[in-house]
Amino acid sequence: MQPDPKKRERVNHWIELYKKMLTIRKFEDRVRRLYADGEIPGFVHLYTGQEAIAVGACANLNDTDYITSTHRGHGHAIAKGANLRFMMAELFGKKTGYCKGKGGSMHIADLDLGILGANGIVAGSLPIAVGAAYGSSKIRKTDQVVVAFFGDGATNEGAFHEAMNMAAAWSLPVIFVCENNQFGVSTRISRVVKETDLAKRAVGYGMPGISIDGNDVLEVESAVHVAVNRARKGHGPMFLVANTFRHRGHFEGEVINYWGKNELEEWKKRDPLAIMEQRLRASGIGDEEFGQWDREIGEAIEDAVAFARSSEYPQPEDALNDLFTESGEPA
Amino acid sequence: MSQAVKTRTMTYMEAIREAIREEMRKDPTLFMIGEDVGPYGGEMGLSKGLWEEFGDDRMRDAPISESAIIGCALGAALTGCKAIAEIPFGDFLGVCMDQIYNQAAKNKYMFGGKARIPLVIRSPLGGYQSAAAQHSQCVEAWFVHTPGLKVVMPSNAADAKGLMKTAIHDGNPVMFFEHKKLYQVKGEVPTEDYRIPFGVASVKREGSDVTVIATSYTVQMALAAAERLSKELGIEAEVIDPRTLVPLDEETILRSVRKTGRAIVVHEAWLRAGIGAEIASVIAEKAFSDLKAPVRRIGAENVPIPFSPVLEQFVLPSEEKIFNAVSAFFGGRQA
Repeated sequence: MQPDPKKRERVNHWIELYKKMLTIRKFEDRVRRLYADGEIPGFVHLYTGQEAIAVGACANLNDTDYITSTHRGHGHAIAKGANLRFMMAELFGKKTGYCKGKGGSMHIADLDLGILGANGIVAGSLPIAVGAAYGSSKIRKTDQVVVAFFGDGATNEGAFHEAMNMAAAWSLPVIFVCENNQFGVSTRISRVVKETDLAKRAVGYGMPGISIDGNDVLEVESAVHVAVNRARKGHGPMFLVANTFRHRGHFEGEVINYWGKNELEEWKKRDPLAIMEQRLRASGIGDEEFGQWDREIGEAIEDAVAFARSSEYPQPEDALNDLFTESGEPA
Repeated sequence: MSQAVKTRTMTYMEAIREAIREEMRKDPTLFMIGEDVGPYGGEMGLSKGLWEEFGDDRMRDAPISESAIIGCALGAALTGCKAIAEIPFGDFLGVCMDQIYNQAAKNKYMFGGKARIPLVIRSPLGGYQSAAAQHSQCVEAWFVHTPGLKVVMPSNAADAKGLMKTAIHDGNPVMFFEHKKLYQVKGEVPTEDYRIPFGVASVKREGSDVTVIATSYTVQMALAAAERLSKELGIEAEVIDPRTLVPLDEETILRSVRKTGRAIVVHEAWLRAGIGAEIASVIAEKAFSDLKAPVRRIGAENVPIPFSPVLEQFVLPSEEKIFNAVSAFFGGRQA
């Protein structure tokens, strides 16, 4: 390790980012196998390949800040600090899960950590992100900010347009982070838009918009840093388009017939974990450390799996609970 | 209201406005958002004077973006505020349906019950003013059908004020459906602060021969028809206003039907799969042996609401239609 304390501090920060990305990667690798083995029901949409975006963005947030997420939301939740045990139990449909088995992969939420929920409707969370920002800046008068994660597909929904305009009109503290993984299910973005530089859209709303390398966690972190600072100071929203690629299908089990020849292989050369690993190795980190992190994180994930497996399913009639808050406030 | 309660006369619109004003004075986290709710005072005039008192942030004029209006209110409600969203015509609720039925209605449940969502979505419904197919509809059944929403339809000023206060404090998404034809109708409203609980029907007129279950503006028609039935045919109709459709006070309805043995459900919305079908089913399932005749229903004809007054009157319920349908129970005039 370097003797220069500033440099050491920087490397330690890089290690935190790397370990967070590795946690997401390994969590989802495990989920993929559990799903294939039939232990996890339903559908899972993996974030594999896009980890740098969630981790780089959330590195700028406090626990009191908010995020909104998507159907591909495991990475966002882990990056914001979600508990692996409760996440895994939710994926298993157990009553110890984040949503007591009522939400599953697409609806993981932890309101205490500002995770306002993964969302199964494309662009459905964007107006909600605007509302959280409106509440904090205009009504409760705090400096909380909101990061809204969504895919390139969401940019062609009406809710995206309404949310972008509203946030800009009132200078609300929202950071719109578009994860441009090039595909809406099977459809390449260039087949359904004329202007593929999505960041240009920001101009029309009167907010800054930039395109960044979504596979480089440091680039994401510094871009979101600028956006968060602006937002906290009341200077309004910003639109970031983080270009990336998912290494898996739209959902697990999908037959992928829409990637170009060698397209995945080309993107894998720019795997966000590999990029960061290279930097760390250049800073003197070696096999020993990488091996140790891999073991530690692997153990944490196995602990989460064991927790999920040993947890009970909800009682069938629990399906009837949790619809409404029991009673109004006293008069 | 009993004689002991001090009251003032005010319109239905004034009563709702007063409920909102009183609660906004008490709670700085309560705000309203909608199209033209600010200096203009609301497209129906309901929020007149509130912007002057509470300012831009708490009486927020929104762009014509119904999805973002609901989402903005919902997001704020999820994170420690209380929100009222106004959609100026119930017909426009289709534009923001996803934010209501996939987001607001489901957030608490799909998050395992953790969220508290103090969100009121206000919207006027109803026809009888030649506003044609996209400005006249009664769409409450869509929301009754969606678990996770409470559905409120006040028929007079006092109920409107007390139910609005309950809606603001309920902590759940509440669809609060006003009626355009009721806005200027005056009524007696208690002077002191009060709330009307959800799920408690109101017996608007007592009677022994037939139970008329009516909602919103049709309560007025049902009451007028009941007076004529009494005077002209000696039929005493009991008129019940459920006031909230979710939750529905089945007990008050069933108690009345067990007494009268006859029931007719009246609403302005389309007959097919309307709330009348639900209430008729409840009666058939739980009071069948008390019925002296099949349950009847009155609602709009199953067509879009037409423009010409002649056509609209034909399509929508009326005092006359209620009078005829009730008298038909007794071999009187045919409906």
